[in-house]
Amino acid sequence: MSDAPRFFDELAAPGGEPRPPYEGYCAWFDGEDITRLRRKAADAERFFRRTGITFNVYGAEEADERLIPFDIVPRIISGREWARLTRGIEQRVRAINAFLYDIYHRQEIVRAGRIPERLIARNEAFLPQMIGLAPPGNVYTHIVGVDLVRTGEDEFYVLEDNARTPSGVSYMLENRETMLQMFPELFSHIRVQPVQDYPTRLARSLAACAPTGCSGRPVIAVLTPGIHNSAYFEHSFLADHAGADLVEGTDLRVVDGRLAMRTTRGYTAIDVLYRRVDDAFLDPLNFRPDSVLGVPGILDVYRSGGITLANAPGTGIADDKAIYSYMPDIVEFYTGEKALLPNVPTWRCSEPEALKYVLDNLSDLVVKEVHGSGGYGMLVGPAASKRELAAFRAKLEARPANYIAQPTLALSTVPVLTRAGLAPRHVDLRPFVLVSPKGIDITPGGLTRVALKKGSLVVNSSQGGGTKDTWVLEE
Amino acid sequence: MLGKTAGGLLWMFRYLERSENTTRLIEAGFRIALTRPATSDDEWASVLDASGARAAHGQRHATTTQANAIDFLLRDPANPSSVLACIEGARNNARLVRTALSREVWEATNECWMEARRLLARPVRERDLPEVLAAIRQQSALVRGALHGTMLRNDIFNFARIGTFAERADNTARILDVKYYVLLPSISQIGSPLDNVQWENILRSVGGLRSFRWLHGAEITPLGIAQFLILDGRMPRSLAFCTAKIAANMGYLEKEYGARHPSHALVEALLGRLSAASTEAIFEAGLHEFILDFLSDVAGLAAQIETDYRFYG
Repeated sequence: MSDAPRFFDELAAPGGEPRPPYEGYCAWFDGEDITRLRRKAADAERFFRRTGITFNVYGAEEADERLIPFDIVPRIISGREWARLTRGIEQRVRAINAFLYDIYHRQEIVRAGRIPERLIARNEAFLPQMIGLAPPGNVYTHIVGVDLVRTGEDEFYVLEDNARTPSGVSYMLENRETMLQMFPELFSHIRVQPVQDYPTRLARSLAACAPTGCSGRPVIAVLTPGIHNSAYFEHSFLADHAGADLVEGTDLRVVDGRLAMRTTRGYTAIDVLYRRVDDAFLDPLNFRPDSVLGVPGILDVYRSGGITLANAPGTGIADDKAIYSYMPDIVEFYTGEKALLPNVPTWRCSEPEALKYVLDNLSDLVVKEVHGSGGYGMLVGPAASKRELAAFRAKLEARPANYIAQPTLALSTVPVLTRAGLAPRHVDLRPFVLVSPKGIDITPGGLTRVALKKGSLVVNSSQGGGTKDTWVLEE
Repeated sequence: MLGKTAGGLLWMFRYLERSENTTRLIEAGFRIALTRPATSDDEWASVLDASGARAAHGQRHATTTQANAIDFLLRDPANPSSVLACIEGARNNARLVRTALSREVWEATNECWMEARRLLARPVRERDLPEVLAAIRQQSALVRGALHGTMLRNDIFNFARIGTFAERADNTARILDVKYYVLLPSISQIGSPLDNVQWENILRSVGGLRSFRWLHGAEITPLGIAQFLILDGRMPRSLAFCTAKIAANMGYLEKEYGARHPSHALVEALLGRLSAASTEAIFEAGLHEFILDFLSDVAGLAAQIETDYRFYG
């Protein structure tokens, strides 16, 4: 394999023998018939179709519901590796919450000169409406999905902190469910840490963040933009499994100073709203006036402490790609410790020297929009044509502050099942983190996204990526 | 429960019921066409009428043929009440109310939709028609089975059932309305061979031929049919049966919520009128008028339920 030395193979050590976490799986795999496994893979697809685990694709005319391809070879992480990762993630998430509190209060970090003021004040993700407002329990990011990439035995980097409305957790759960159905024998041999209680943990964590005035069992609802949203399946899945109501803006109204949903028996107040709607659409009175997805006046209820919004409005400032490059400073500033998980080196194109470097090395770099997500509007230099490079160069020169650049990372590989047998493909990992005043809760595993095209480094589902079940082994 | 969810459940089961009834209408029309080819084009016109699709079909096709009627009723995108469109409507509503459904009900609905899309991907050949219709009906029976076998008997179940019976009552009444003239006693008390075919066909359209014979033997009469389809509380597609079911499900809602609404009074009044009615009196006052009144009462009831339980904002 030509690219073997460049990329870390999570399954096979350089000698070809399986690395320790994969030993059990490989022993099982060697006794399996490849045709049977291929048939199982087809079964899995049918299972996903029948269950309706689909996502809607923007701009695709026909077949508007698609499956995210699922690969049946699990991605396996040892208990030791995981323990190390969780320490780093926990540290980072604590820092993010402290940062958000600070940014919307005294802005000590700006005063200390660790972050330029313009990055905050002129950032679209910064919400002046949140200044001076303390969310219940001082939790800003109730749910975080930290994107990690691996480049070596002990080398993990944080690629992105998804602190707004990270998606994908339903795939983590359904992938495990599918594996349990298809390969029960594997789970009786190999001790894998469970993920299935995530919805219960989510409900518990959200309940712990209820407003102080809430007595009794908090009423939790999930706010979705509706059945045409690409992540609708996930919204309904989470509401269903967490015992929450699934609401849209049209079901909600402010009644007597509380956010309430229209039920068959009248309006019922909600205590915690897990909203899967962007800040800008949340409240037409306070943000975008043309939004039909939100609720007029919801922010006023929030301000008076009548409801918990998860995540809090304005958390986007923490996962903004321009802020990202300051994360090591942010972690150190609020925790007093060095960041356990390193950042990917990042050039801020707003800085003239960095821009020059980026323009000179465009074909080696990955360039991202500061406010973009989901792989849209992104340039992968090594994979781009001359024409794409030229077009992107023009965009960069026109609005440099709109972009950051990073080296093309040597993402680790995990095998997928192909026609010809196992073949390595690049992966990343999104663990899911729950935050409440009671603590930080990280579900062992997460969503492994895999670039199914040979050699491709883009794992986004919108760009042809697939997913795998992610196993964290019991120690 | 959210008002929107109640509405979604009701419509999910309305659509499912409608798709099933349309397959029955097609089956009955097809059968008449096979046994009485000469009258078949008229027959298709009345089938289109009964499913409320005649006007839309007229805009699409200058003449009515068996092939274009069947295709229109089954799968033509120009027909918002085609079997495929109804199943899609049921499935879209199921997605909307996913959190109120058991996994089995959802999966059965989703499979019903996938199967219907596969079977109706292109025009159905004449020789495949009976099998395709049966397969589609079987899929919706699986949804109903999952509903009965896996759902709590709470408000969710009641709204689903109200949707089913409101639609069924409407459909049976429409079939009677389209066919009322063949039931008029003035034509003949003892049926000619043509009458017999027509009468049989009405029963077939509601899947009730076999049960009619159990109750009344081989002798089919207009009065017997009217009695059976309007007033017989044992016949699961009769107006009386459907109305009683709606009343019962609304009674459960009243009990569960501890709240009585204007719709309760409406359904009770309707049920009262049906129990007091006799076929003789109905024929005397006019079958057609009776059915028109019934259709408008059911529509009014559905609208009142929508308001009382806050389906929309």
